[in-house]
Amino acid sequence: MKETIIPIGPFHPLLEEPELFTLRVEGETVIDVDVKIGWNHRGIEKLAQGLTWDQVPYLVERICGICSTSHPYACVLAMEDILAIKAPLRAQYIRSTVGELERIHSHLLWLGLAGHFVGYNTVFMWAWKYRELVLDSLEHLTGNRNHYAMFKAGGVRRDFSQKAMDFTLKSIDGVEKALKMFLGVVSDDPVLKKRLVGVGILTYEDAILYSATGPTSRPSGVDHDVRRDAPFDAYDKVDWDVIVLKEGDVFAKAACRILECLESVKIIRQCIEDMPEGEIDAGVTDIPPGEGCGHYEAPRGEVFHYMRSDGTGYPIRHKIRAPTFNNLPTFKATCPGAHIADVALITASIDPCYCCTERVGVVDNTGMKSVLTQDDLTKLSVERTLAIRKDLGKLTWDPYSKLL
Amino acid sequence: MSIFYYLIFPGFLFISIVGLLTAWFDRKITARIQWRKGPPIPQNFRDIFKLMIKEVVIPDTANPTIFLLAPAIALATAILAATMLGVVNMSYEVSFIGDFIVFWYILTIPSIMIILGASASGNPMSSVGASREINQLFAYELPLVIAISTVLFKVGSIGFGDILGYQAINGPFLYSISGVISFIVVLLCIQAKLGLVPFDAPEAETELGAGIFMEYSGVALGAFKLTKAILLYTTPIFLITIFWGGIKVSGFGILWVILKYILIVLLLTLIRNTNPRLRIDQSIRFFWGTMTMLSIVAFILTMFGL
Repeated sequence: MKETIIPIGPFHPLLEEPELFTLRVEGETVIDVDVKIGWNHRGIEKLAQGLTWDQVPYLVERICGICSTSHPYACVLAMEDILAIKAPLRAQYIRSTVGELERIHSHLLWLGLAGHFVGYNTVFMWAWKYRELVLDSLEHLTGNRNHYAMFKAGGVRRDFSQKAMDFTLKSIDGVEKALKMFLGVVSDDPVLKKRLVGVGILTYEDAILYSATGPTSRPSGVDHDVRRDAPFDAYDKVDWDVIVLKEGDVFAKAACRILECLESVKIIRQCIEDMPEGEIDAGVTDIPPGEGCGHYEAPRGEVFHYMRSDGTGYPIRHKIRAPTFNNLPTFKATCPGAHIADVALITASIDPCYCCTERVGVVDNTGMKSVLTQDDLTKLSVERTLAIRKDLGKLTWDPYSKLL
Repeated sequence: MSIFYYLIFPGFLFISIVGLLTAWFDRKITARIQWRKGPPIPQNFRDIFKLMIKEVVIPDTANPTIFLLAPAIALATAILAATMLGVVNMSYEVSFIGDFIVFWYILTIPSIMIILGASASGNPMSSVGASREINQLFAYELPLVIAISTVLFKVGSIGFGDILGYQAINGPFLYSISGVISFIVVLLCIQAKLGLVPFDAPEAETELGAGIFMEYSGVALGAFKLTKAILLYTTPIFLITIFWGGIKVSGFGILWVILKYILIVLLLTLIRNTNPRLRIDQSIRFFWGTMTMLSIVAFILTMFGL
């Protein structure tokens, strides 16, 4: 049969962000898939190097509108790693509460979108309606629906009021009921099962091979969760489970996310009920020289921040790895052999966040945008150096010429 | 007189208004189910009027003749089918032998035109959509024809007049076991014909953009939208005509017809809001498997007079 190439993107109603999937298709069966990102360079790491330690958590909050707590969480953990301190107990509980509320809102958002991708718009609207409860709680607790600006090295910026905590306890009861309903819908609806079961299976081996993280790998049987394996803050002080499933298909991924939300409800309830009294800030004034790592289990998987300090007011290096960076290559394992109608679903099933992943994109002279490799970048850089030297008239000896 | 029938009542003008109102009803119910507010009544009319004054963009890859003729023919044939149905319901005498078959052919033409237009646009997404539409057409026609032939078998004729006359004497076909089964089969086939979820794979907004309609714009898109609205009117009326006693204008008859009509549209809307989209191979399996089996069962029951 003739092979067709179907481009999805860079701008497509399916995609909230610009990226390009090139599908090689025989009839309606996908043979191979190629993913190209790099339409959206944002320069976050470079920006971070020009901001003070206080400002960086605000900046990294804006990496992603959905996991807007995970990035500052990992970032302040990295700073605390340099400081070798821990936040006060109350601050730890507050952090975990915000982090888990964010997980629920992110997973409900994904569930809605997944419903939309299979043409089930009722699920889309319902999931987002219940997500409002979570966002309302976050607004009561932190003052914002998104971008909470709660985190700082050595603590949090704002304390929870008792009224807001009561409101949250009540609204997560509603969320829990809704989550159980969604679990029922997903596991009972025969048509939905037909669309989700056995689609886009990521085997345990592939999950390990492609270093998948988070709710992309756990449904494939990879028992890994940063919150449990490298415990921090309140996560080892409350009782909860890591959800690990076996099947690895889209159905398992959906089920895993809903079950995880129920675990989050458990964590939030315990955190708020056991909320200790006391300080919320350790009073960090400056960051000593050194380097530190912070990682946090974002809703999409492990997010990693590395920071280095030379004792001044600014980080001299800030490296960020968003979870989608690891999860993206699993398409190579899950898409081939799938029906074209399932590709949208499979790509959505990792809950991708391309803009958070994007680090480098370069516009070349002809205006064509592309993603450059290390070699290309070296070459460009050398060319630029040579051009400057020529302008300055200093080109007497050229150590870079052999590189070109 | 036939020009009046075709253009004013029960033709173009009437069915456009009723069809667009039905489309509004569908959208409003959908919105209420999804906890949204929904559009105001004139929204669909505004959409169509706005499309009428928009520019038509013809892609370089397209065959312009077929690309532009397809929506025109689709609209014309959809109106023709709706008019035939309306006229036959107004008086049984105008029915001629085999008009049912003619109606059936005409009702298939809009689908074929959508396929032709989509293929002529030269867009890969549209061609995938077109291939799905062809598959789906073949899939639902089989159970649909078997289910409808239960009615024809009972009446022993292929004229609308005879079908309506038979029901006037013996009561609607829906009030028998075989009638109920074939009604369900035809209802689901209509769901596919109208391209509603779970059988909207050809348009599949989240997979193919708008699939078959991707390259269309302006008047051409408006014509297709209007065709869809008219089909949304035609198919429930068709169901009422062959299964549920037809349209009686006298006394409370018209009220009953409106109630039946709303009920059928409501059923279509509810089905589309409580299901995810089926993959094209799954919907073919559904129609050729379960639905064909059901329609054959209905046919056998008819032979035993049930």
